[in-house]
Amino acid sequence: MHSLKKNRPLRRIVLASAATVSGFVLLLSLKPHSSEGIAVGSSAPAPASTSAASPAPSGGSSSSSGSSSSGSKTVTGDSVDTRWGPVQVRITVKSGKLTDVTAVVYPTENPRDQEINAYAIPELRREALSAQSADITSVSGATYTSDGYKQSLQSALDSAGF
Amino acid sequence: MAAQETPAVVRHAEEVMGTVFSFDVRGGEGAVVRAALTEAVASLHRVNEVFSTYRENSQVSRLARGELTVAECDPEVAEVLDLAAEAERVSDGWFSARYQGRTDPTGIVKGWAAERAARLIAAAGVHGVSVNGGGDVQMIGAPEPLRPWRVGVSDPLRPGGLAAVVSSAGADELAVATSGTAERGAHIVDPRTGKSAVTDLVSVTVIGPRLTFVDCWATAAFAMGSRAGLDWLESLPGVEGLLITAGDEVRCTGGLASRLG
Repeated sequence: MHSLKKNRPLRRIVLASAATVSGFVLLLSLKPHSSEGIAVGSSAPAPASTSAASPAPSGGSSSSSGSSSSGSKTVTGDSVDTRWGPVQVRITVKSGKLTDVTAVVYPTENPRDQEINAYAIPELRREALSAQSADITSVSGATYTSDGYKQSLQSALDSAGF
Repeated sequence: MAAQETPAVVRHAEEVMGTVFSFDVRGGEGAVVRAALTEAVASLHRVNEVFSTYRENSQVSRLARGELTVAECDPEVAEVLDLAAEAERVSDGWFSARYQGRTDPTGIVKGWAAERAARLIAAAGVHGVSVNGGGDVQMIGAPEPLRPWRVGVSDPLRPGGLAAVVSSAGADELAVATSGTAERGAHIVDPRTGKSAVTDLVSVTVIGPRLTFVDCWATAAFAMGSRAGLDWLESLPGVEGLLITAGDEVRCTGGLASRLG
């Protein structure tokens, strides 16, 4: 696998996601905004990055880092000023799929901010998350019976043994 | 490879209390960890024997019938009833250790037992331990240096999907408990009416340091409904909540974002 090949779909996804996220932020900020949106530029410090052989792609407005053993990439966008303050979003892409969205920096000053944080960001994350890709160590849910356990995500984690 | 610092992993799943407890233990000395795990598993079966309301002769069944006093029961019974009384007080009666007029600490026992099992294993000198008691998780320490525990919160309206991922980063002890109707239907009783709770929620997840209490808070908030439940969780120090309504909306406390990973 060459980093170039891998990075192309990643970059598409990053840009598409950035477009979605920035559209989302624009929607919230309710103001026409020049098309910058959230430019994905800076790299997130990779959790447990052990990869030495993937030079970051140069040029353009997109770069990525965070190649982990499970093949996921984490990219942090530039901070964008909205009417209510800076917003910065981090996304995780795994096997070519957007698997997580996190707001790294977001406004917390006023009630409207709290509303955004309480409703919009969790909703955005929720859409992106699936158990197969989220690199979780356990699952919390409504109490299962012994029989229910067999079909549960926790059972899959226990037997996967990673 | 940076494999030298990865602690050894011991996993175990144990069927007890009508559900399955999943253990995930990282690091520590092999024989010591296995001994602690064996003891923790035995403690769960003992708790089941003492506290089960399905067993006619359990201490709690006999206590409820007035055949035993609290003082005649194992000391754990008094401990759990004290904790239940505290939960009832803090939740203004929305959590209750009584059912149909009888002593019934079932709602607190499982979380308490899972927390106790996790502490027992942590005391064996491990790097980290996670105990999942049927969907409610107590974590202590971390799975690896610089790597937190990550708990997926299952999305009741999207089978196989997650509503959020909670990270233990920055917390030496963290617990995540979820109450909802997804697995066993309506089973949460409104202590004021004695009937199934009328709520606009399908699930409540509560995050805090101790599973014993976050489990109770999830039950209480579920019975309160989204508006009162969210306000109440917001008022509890060191506690965050994520609520999913029957209308497929997600609500959460203001500080939840700092716990999401």
